Amino acid sequence: MFSERISPRALLLMLPLVLVMIAVVGWPLIDTVRLSLTDARLAGTSGAFIGTDNFTKMLSGRNFQSAFWTTMQFTVWSVSIELVLGVLVALLLNQRFFGRTALRALLILPWALPTVVNATLWRLIYNPEYGALNAMLTQIGLLDAYRSWLGQPGSAMTALIVADVWKNFPLVALIALAALQAVPKDIRAAAISDGANAWKRFRFVIMPYLIGPLMVALVLRTIEAFKVFDLIWIMTRGGPANSTRSLSILVYQEGFAFQRVGSGASLALIITLIITVLAVAYLMIMRRFAGEAR
Amino acid sequence: MEHQSRWFSLFIHLMALLVALVILAPLAWLFVMSISSNADLSAKPLQWWPNEVDLSRYKALLSQTDNSAGQAFVASLFNSIKVAGMATIAAILVAVPAGWALSRTPQLGWVLGGIIATYMLPPVALSIPLYFILAKFGLLNNVFGLGLVYLSILAPFVTWLLKSGFDPIPRDLERAAAIDGARLDQMLRIVILPLAMPVIGTATIFAYLLAWDEFFYALLFTSNQEAKTLTVAIADLAGGRVSDYGLIATAGVIAALPPVLIGILMQRSLISGLTNGGVKG
Repeated sequence: MFSERISPRALLLMLPLVLVMIAVVGWPLIDTVRLSLTDARLAGTSGAFIGTDNFTKMLSGRNFQSAFWTTMQFTVWSVSIELVLGVLVALLLNQRFFGRTALRALLILPWALPTVVNATLWRLIYNPEYGALNAMLTQIGLLDAYRSWLGQPGSAMTALIVADVWKNFPLVALIALAALQAVPKDIRAAAISDGANAWKRFRFVIMPYLIGPLMVALVLRTIEAFKVFDLIWIMTRGGPANSTRSLSILVYQEGFAFQRVGSGASLALIITLIITVLAVAYLMIMRRFAGEAR
Repeated sequence: MEHQSRWFSLFIHLMALLVALVILAPLAWLFVMSISSNADLSAKPLQWWPNEVDLSRYKALLSQTDNSAGQAFVASLFNSIKVAGMATIAAILVAVPAGWALSRTPQLGWVLGGIIATYMLPPVALSIPLYFILAKFGLLNNVFGLGLVYLSILAPFVTWLLKSGFDPIPRDLERAAAIDGARLDQMLRIVILPLAMPVIGTATIFAYLLAWDEFFYALLFTSNQEAKTLTVAIADLAGGRVSDYGLIATAGVIAALPPVLIGILMQRSLISGLTNGGVKG
């Protein structure tokens, strides 16, 4: 191996990035920690030190607990449906059929559509008076009267999950497809001539190639979904009756709408801690699969 | 190849058709809404295809009459172009040398871990202090200030992407250049950059799309035409007093057009970037 010393040239090349990161990430993050220990307000007072009061109040409060479970519900449902759908579509695209290249090209479209436009589009589709969903369901006879899909706690979360799945399952499909195409053709052929059925071929021939990229997709999607703000803000603003208020929406309300910067900061740190655990999981998975690849 | 029965083949084709429909229908509807008259959009039963193609919203949104909806929209369009452009250029400038150093120095692996973790950080974790910092320097509601904030997302992301893109470029060339006595800047300019250009190109596009998409910081740190970006302008339309759904759809089509066109044209390199970037270390 090379010597353990890191060349001064490498450090010099790193310097601009490090300075930028200290200015726009490091400093603000430390300041979030400081603010979380105060009762600071957005306008005016810089706040007095109150120890960990914000954290204990936040963690024991109803708002945090309901937002936490709302976020979990959104994350678990969206991500698992995206993974299953993504793998199924990848298996489909791995078959030979007419228009296969065109279909693969289509998958890039929902990914490229800006999140805000996606949220706006689905908000229009779910519109209680003029929305396409109401019109379609009544015209084919599945619905008697128009519904307010985003206006009822029962259906608002499902509507959000559908919008998120539509935008994100194609990415999972593309990742899974790339993994499927790495399965050597002769191994598949050997499994077939040995008489392995479709399930066994999937489980023992294809799965080993799929699992690594899928784990990566799983963790990355989980982190993204856990941070969800844009989609919910535009479609429901956390309503109705706070039934879709995610943790990020709650931070926005605490810190900026109610101007309770201290307690907003404490909540932001709690979310950061959860994300950090997920990020560490991601790095460990990466390391493991990088090790296997060698 | 596997034996395909006729029924299986029919099933595959039907499924493919279904997936295509699921992907295309919402997008097609967004476009149809943007060219349908209000009468068609509020008709019951709903008019799925307009009686007459109505392009008036495109004209309205792109018009430059004083104090019109169009003026505000065009201003936000230019703000988005500026903010995303500035942030992307700055991110590339700091990330190219850093990505190269990380790719060539295995001992800096832990730094890469830190950079990836930074990219995953939720924006809410930084939003409150960033608000105070921007306020202190008078950079709230300012395209430059917002671009600076975007660096917190773009710089780590681009560094990560570039590092994995630089990894396959052979080291022998640098060694040869070093033996020939090339200085650092000469080596970067003459040897490394030409080879790394495709990777840097893809990273630039990803960074620009990421900035174009951003909503949370823009919502917090901008308040009027001076700096409001396209995403905030659309959210205002969608959540506000506008009852012309066709107008909202039109704004969506215009905002989606650049990234969707890039997505279609650059498909190959984007897909390989998406599938490799996330999988390789």
